[in-house]
Amino acid sequence: MRGHIPSTELSIQTEGLTKRFGQHAAVDRIDLAVPTGAIFGFLGPNGSGKTTTIRLLLGLASATSGGIRVLGQEMPTHLRSVLPRVGALVEGPAFYPFLSGAANLHRLDTADRNAPSSTRRNRVAHSLHQVGLAHAAGKKVRAYSLGMKQRLGIANALLVPRELLILDEPTNGLDPQGTREVRSLVRSLAAEGTTVFVSSHLLAEVEQICTHAAIMSAGSLVAQGTLEHLRQSGQERVRVLTPDVAAARQVLARLGLVPETAGTGRATGTSAVLRAGGTPRRSDGAGVAPAVVAPIGGVAARSVPPEVIVSDLVSAGVRVRGFAVEGVSLEERFVALTGEGFDVAE
Amino acid sequence: MSLVPVDGSAGELRASSGWALMASELSVLFRRRRTWAMLLALAAVPVLIAVAVRLSPSEVPPGRGPPFLDRVTQNGLFVAVTALVVSVPLFLPLTIGVVAGDTISGEAGLGTLRYLLVAPAGRVRLLIVKYVGTAAFCLAATLSVVTSGLVIGAALFPVGPVTLLSGDTIEAGESVVRSFLVAGYIMVSLLGLSAIGLFISTLTDVPVGAMAATIVLSVVSQVLNALPQLEWLHPWLFSHYWLGFADLLRQPVSWDSFGDNALLQAGYLAVFGSLAYGRFLTRDILS
Repeated sequence: MRGHIPSTELSIQTEGLTKRFGQHAAVDRIDLAVPTGAIFGFLGPNGSGKTTTIRLLLGLASATSGGIRVLGQEMPTHLRSVLPRVGALVEGPAFYPFLSGAANLHRLDTADRNAPSSTRRNRVAHSLHQVGLAHAAGKKVRAYSLGMKQRLGIANALLVPRELLILDEPTNGLDPQGTREVRSLVRSLAAEGTTVFVSSHLLAEVEQICTHAAIMSAGSLVAQGTLEHLRQSGQERVRVLTPDVAAARQVLARLGLVPETAGTGRATGTSAVLRAGGTPRRSDGAGVAPAVVAPIGGVAARSVPPEVIVSDLVSAGVRVRGFAVEGVSLEERFVALTGEGFDVAE
Repeated sequence: MSLVPVDGSAGELRASSGWALMASELSVLFRRRRTWAMLLALAAVPVLIAVAVRLSPSEVPPGRGPPFLDRVTQNGLFVAVTALVVSVPLFLPLTIGVVAGDTISGEAGLGTLRYLLVAPAGRVRLLIVKYVGTAAFCLAATLSVVTSGLVIGAALFPVGPVTLLSGDTIEAGESVVRSFLVAGYIMVSLLGLSAIGLFISTLTDVPVGAMAATIVLSVVSQVLNALPQLEWLHPWLFSHYWLGFADLLRQPVSWDSFGDNALLQAGYLAVFGSLAYGRFLTRDILS
């Protein structure tokens, strides 16, 4: 709190943030650091503690231990001065079904003491327009579709200019068109200087818009950083398709690599460029060629240039039918970090 | 009023008075169809009584039926007071239970509670706004009964000077004032129950549960108040003075029971208001 930590550099900062429900730790000692101006993707499988973390950040629930700073001020101590500067969509939109979309925004805006009444009507109309709901402003929310409610929820977060937006699964229930609109809205808000903290279990979404990301798994923060950093920290691998598995493993081991699995090369035909030469079905009757996979680069293994591997393999008489350097997609990174149960595809 | 500067500084934000939320609460409450249905149902009570008495071929014998019923045929202004007496034990607590039980749990059930709190509405401010909203409904409910009673009574029966319980006679105009006094007494009577409902409402995210519990408590209190074995307890029951407005129908008006009642209700408000405060301020909003 005291001291002159450059508090403006981080919009959200947590230290050892923990929330227990009985014995179960829903959020377990996480240290978030969301730089100001970033579009920060908060990723994790369902039930990994994302929404609980957001509730803690917004002062809806109290932390069991640990500290939170939002916009440079301690939460929930300074809740009254922090929250008016934060727009939020928490665990899906929620509205009064018997009121119209505009009346709902009007109602929620009155709860904010810092939101001026004189401009309320204009601000409501403007934020409805921003999310493409101007035509449905007078319609009862009861008659809204899920996607429309989601848009209205985002409109609520935009009622006044915010320094920080916390959006929990903002594209949930939106059609592809709506998803694109939300993405471009988030980008344009970020371009104006708003820090956006967006939770999602959709990787593609995060990969497309975020500058930074953090990954939650079972209540813990397992990775955090810029998107580039996250991709790089995953290891690249080489995949060698060859009938001479044992010899290939020897060569790789001699190069200091650790051949980890020996699976079967997929009969993918011509689709994979690097693997194209290794089309496993050969007329010589060799059938499907086994594959040897070894990580290169990264932290664990010594870095070996791929061309050296190939030349060594060939000079050792290994019949190389396919060779590929496989980069790590964010998706693989997530699966590696959070386990296979992750619902990456939707 | 000027726009709050958003310049990234952690400067103090100027807070406006915050009446907007109160206005919004009242507008949402009284724009709900449910609220109007309840007020109309309450307004129907005196109509039902008046029409039944009007259509009945025989005179109502004194001492039968609700108090004051026998006087209705002679003076229509008694319809209002009769209807209030009939509504106090069940109809009014029922509607208050619905409104008070819904205050916090209703918002939690809809999920709007989290949005109000991150706005930020402020938890204490929200509790106060919700309680005032309930009190406004208490007023609307009793006014609904008494107004409808006066109108239908004047429409169906002769209106004239009224003989009070003390034997004095007052003019029709004065008796209208007395009817509203009785309504005010009953409105005050319901404030304790409203505080109980508010507290129960902070305990759950299921509004129906909070409503039912509040209504059940009002019945329990009345049952206990009817058991002579528990006489020591009676002065502490929030329903103890509910029908004690006879003093307002004497000349001169005796305010003793009004004062006792107000004090008792204030006590309930203090106790259950504090409980609601204690519970709501520390509660994790997980709905």
